[in-house]
Amino acid sequence: MAEIGFSQVKKRYGGTQVIHGIDMQISDGEFIVIVGPSGCGKSTLLRMVAGLEAISEGEISIGGQVVNDLEPKDRNIALVFQNYALYPHMSVYDNMAYGLKIAKLSRPEIEERVQQAAKMLELAHLLERKPRQLSGGQRQRVAMGRAIVRDPGTFLFDEPLSNLDAKLRVQMRLEIKQLQRSLGTTSLYVTHDQVEAMTLADRLIVMNAGVAEQIDTPMAIYDRPASRFVAGFIGSPAMNFLAGRVGEGGRELRLEQGMPLRSGSLNLGNLAGQPVTVGVRPEHLQVVAEEDAEMHLQVRLVETLGADSLAHGHLVPAEEQPNGTPEDILTLRLPGVARIAEGDRLPLRAAEESLHLFDRESGWRLADV
Amino acid sequence: MIEHRPWLVWLSHGVLLLGVLIVAFPIWIAFVASTHAASDLASGVTPLLPGGYLFENYARALGSGHEASGAVPVSLMMWNSLVMALAIAIGKIAISLLSAYAIVYFRFPFRMLCFWTIFVTLMLPVEVRILPTFEVVADLGLLNSYAGLSVPLIASATATFLFRQFFLTVPDELVEAARIDGAGPLRFFKDVLLPLSRTNIAALFVILFIYGWNQYLWPLLITTDESFYTIVMGIQRMVTVADAEPQWPLIMATTMLAMIPPVFVVVAMQRLFVKGLVETEK
Repeated sequence: MAEIGFSQVKKRYGGTQVIHGIDMQISDGEFIVIVGPSGCGKSTLLRMVAGLEAISEGEISIGGQVVNDLEPKDRNIALVFQNYALYPHMSVYDNMAYGLKIAKLSRPEIEERVQQAAKMLELAHLLERKPRQLSGGQRQRVAMGRAIVRDPGTFLFDEPLSNLDAKLRVQMRLEIKQLQRSLGTTSLYVTHDQVEAMTLADRLIVMNAGVAEQIDTPMAIYDRPASRFVAGFIGSPAMNFLAGRVGEGGRELRLEQGMPLRSGSLNLGNLAGQPVTVGVRPEHLQVVAEEDAEMHLQVRLVETLGADSLAHGHLVPAEEQPNGTPEDILTLRLPGVARIAEGDRLPLRAAEESLHLFDRESGWRLADV
Repeated sequence: MIEHRPWLVWLSHGVLLLGVLIVAFPIWIAFVASTHAASDLASGVTPLLPGGYLFENYARALGSGHEASGAVPVSLMMWNSLVMALAIAIGKIAISLLSAYAIVYFRFPFRMLCFWTIFVTLMLPVEVRILPTFEVVADLGLLNSYAGLSVPLIASATATFLFRQFFLTVPDELVEAARIDGAGPLRFFKDVLLPLSRTNIAALFVILFIYGWNQYLWPLLITTDESFYTIVMGIQRMVTVADAEPQWPLIMATTMLAMIPPVFVVVAMQRLFVKGLVETEK
């Protein structure tokens, strides 16, 4: 069992800084998911916790002990690799037992631990096989088994499911979650898949270009994204972003293409006259009667998924701005099979409290209306 | 080939048979010659069918040898060759495994310089550096010794390069997994890298054994004592006897005997050898 602490953790490769100071406390038993696009530094951060990358600056502590100068084996961690990294010439049993043998555990103890983990992962009948005789899902289980037998204070997962097919991924995701619940081991999980991130995490770290843009529970991140990047990364299909401007006196919000949003009822005095990015999730747009509409969607493409339908198109500029260009693309998500055809013009209104305002320059969150 | 043309099948088989004949015929002649009495061959007409002196000739070759050429029994020469070939093969593999391991997995000063220095020696085969090497070996007092026969041929750029290329294809994650499992560098080498290199080692062993067995020039230079003669150079000594008729049946018997160990090594290790050359799965 272990708490993990990050304090101003930085990473440099030569002159390039790839991680710009991460601060965070992870409590014992928490499941933390680090999510972000490729190259954002999430794997590097995990490898620094594992001890496979040196920490350029700052401190990482595990269980209250600063581990900067400890070898991986002394950090009480286990790492599950993306491509499993099983020893190809060893049987499943030996793969799981190897670390224990080096740790000089007694034979009966090793046997017991491996058998127990194998039972938990339903690998008992595969123990004599070589990794190349196993399917992808089974290899993944062996990799997890190798982590479990060590009985570590912390599990580290480096995109463990990205080599599996879609169906298996969903199944393994559930299993990892259940396993972590039943073992109660602190876990750090790196992924670029936001569905995995949302479903697994107690708390999420959304990383972008070496910065942790937001650290919070999945729902808090969904409801109140801290930046335009986070808003666009979490949620599928991605949030719509429209160029807008807060009116003089901060009482109204207007899209750059002319349409007023939420007129009259606002109190954004501190933002008066400021250009903003208005974000609204596809599922928070509703089709309304013509007189209630805040904006119109010109439908270009409809995707029917069964449970819901997606309409892609662009924003229709207001009539008093005949020169407006149809540059703002918009996606709408409707439950069930919607009766929409390509070429339709739909009157829309955003649900209450569903508009997110971001600074147009920096991208940081300003307000929700 | 998808096409089925009978004449093409005949033609290709014909070409193959011709090839086999060209390669096998001299060996057959050598075998036939080794089964006749010396006087049968002295007539100048080479018989095509085996004669009746098979056991006699081979027993004489193995046991006492050819008196006129110094009377070194073939069994002793084969033993010398075996020691030399094994020492070269095993020594080369051991040294190149370790040096390739150092070059691929450790960061030390002048690492690339070391690699290129080794690599450049590829351009200097034994024949090119034979005089300085002889001088060094002579000064060290290694003439007429097993060490003198094998040590100068052990350092090998080829094998080092081969193992380096193989180690580079071993995924980094395996190293990292071993580090997390707590395996130190030597442990990783012994438990992971060596078993993975098994087929490569086998393939290299076959090639190097034959290379060592077939050494001719080097043993010829540094051995003057008959008890250190190797078989390949020994054959040559048998042919160039002074003031006597070459004993062709004995020479041919020796030739046949000299062929056996390399053939045995190839046949015994053929499966691993082919696997080592073609296998890609890690």
